[in-house]
Amino acid sequence: MLHYDVAVIGGGPSGMAAALAASKEGASVLLLETEPRLGGILNQCIHNGFGLHIFKEELTGPEYAHRFIRQIQDSPVEVLLNTLVLDVSPGRQVLAVSKERGLLEIQAGAVVFSTGCRERPRGAIGIPGTRPAGVITAGAAQKYVNIDGYLPGRECVILGSGDIGLIMARRMTLEGAKVKAVVELMPYSSGLARNIKQCLDDFGIPLLLSHTVVEIHGKNRVDAVTIAKVDDNLSPIPGTEEIIPCDTLLLSVGLIPTVELATKAGAELAGSQVRVDQHFSTSHPGLFICGNTLHVHDLVDYVTEESTVAGQFAAAYAKGARPADGREIPIQPGEGITYTVPQRLTGESFRENITLRFRTRRVYKQARLVLSSGGKTIASFKRPVMAPGEMQTLVLKPELLNSLGESLSLHVEE
Amino acid sequence: MQELICIRCPMGCKLQAELIDDTLFVTGNTCRRGEEYAREELTCPRRIVTCSVKVQGASEPLSVKTESGVPKDMVFECVAAIKALCLHAPIAIGTIVAENICGTGVCVKATKSV
Repeated sequence: MLHYDVAVIGGGPSGMAAALAASKEGASVLLLETEPRLGGILNQCIHNGFGLHIFKEELTGPEYAHRFIRQIQDSPVEVLLNTLVLDVSPGRQVLAVSKERGLLEIQAGAVVFSTGCRERPRGAIGIPGTRPAGVITAGAAQKYVNIDGYLPGRECVILGSGDIGLIMARRMTLEGAKVKAVVELMPYSSGLARNIKQCLDDFGIPLLLSHTVVEIHGKNRVDAVTIAKVDDNLSPIPGTEEIIPCDTLLLSVGLIPTVELATKAGAELAGSQVRVDQHFSTSHPGLFICGNTLHVHDLVDYVTEESTVAGQFAAAYAKGARPADGREIPIQPGEGITYTVPQRLTGESFRENITLRFRTRRVYKQARLVLSSGGKTIASFKRPVMAPGEMQTLVLKPELLNSLGESLSLHVEE
Repeated sequence: MQELICIRCPMGCKLQAELIDDTLFVTGNTCRRGEEYAREELTCPRRIVTCSVKVQGASEPLSVKTESGVPKDMVFECVAAIKALCLHAPIAIGTIVAENICGTGVCVKATKSV
């Protein structure tokens, strides 16, 4: 049995930031990563746009990762690569396997889950049609192109206009493929505005909003897809079908946080997310969670910020600090709000700012975000534009936090 | 008056911009970068190019980027020139692998090590 103050599961941007922060607090830290290198998904995101907030520079994914990998190498953090965590017990025992070391048992003072997310596959959205080769998720295509050096198709249609779908539209185009259309079920894109501009508009790739793929054609390989317009209930409208010949369908239809390890260890969910307080502590003492495992981010910079907090408090927990038996203030997502992180605040009094991050259910223009407590409005903030694809932030000041009653809720008013 | 979406950061500000003689009129930006972007986009739009290139003796392609934007209408030409580079491992992150790509005066830099 190995002993560490903090075990961090997952060596992407989130895990690296948490490990570094815990180590700076004086904790002994073990960072476990399944892949043969640190960096996580950043390694395959070779486009620019990372790090503007934290480094004031526009870096590519591998460059952003490299800055943290170097810091990890210069720190006392111990890293195990090619190591898969199988189980974490409620008592914070981590069971892992690696080819080199076999079965490993680690007793940790605190565990940080930073296991990222996975892509929603074809089966999850139930597109009718045959099952030929050539239907792949956009992130898998990104790995084929950028890491493995293969082009997975010559003529493609992309379903879903999330950022990965948009980025892959440009990437496939630059590699010589023809991207015929990006098809989006919703009346708006869930990707960043800048990506629609620089990945689609720049290359004349059409974005078909309120459309979906209703059938996949082809025996051994995709040879076409049928698309159709959808109505307000997102149901295909008969008579609007159009066949687009293609050899590949890329799916960018959502990301699912990989929460199974954390929930099995005892972390409770709030909806489909793991419930955390402002320290990124789950409902189970000593288990912390951060990065895309907690909620899917648009910007890695915010992942780094949040995970740093998670690492600091994981180190504090491992060193014996216990949260005071204070109040627990649940944060309710009200009208127009999909979720908030954190979903609750803990503690008797607040001395520092707390950053609340959340998404809206739909596009809002010239709207106000309203915070209320015990039925009374306590603050409101104007926002010119909010869209589900762009994570929103509110910084709550101690004065406001200390004036809260039993609960806090956030909603949108038009 | 032209509608632009600023691509200098993930905020994606919606700009209204117009260049009259040499004077730029721009609204909708929330920082100075929006002004710079609007001027560039209305005169000579530029884009940073990122792509990958095969390296002799490496098991993976090398990812690269142009150090600054290249003229937008030269993006495909630059990608073709980058793909045609003859590179040999090892290459460290940050290495300049091509100078003055396609006569743009812009360097191409390795963004990982192979």
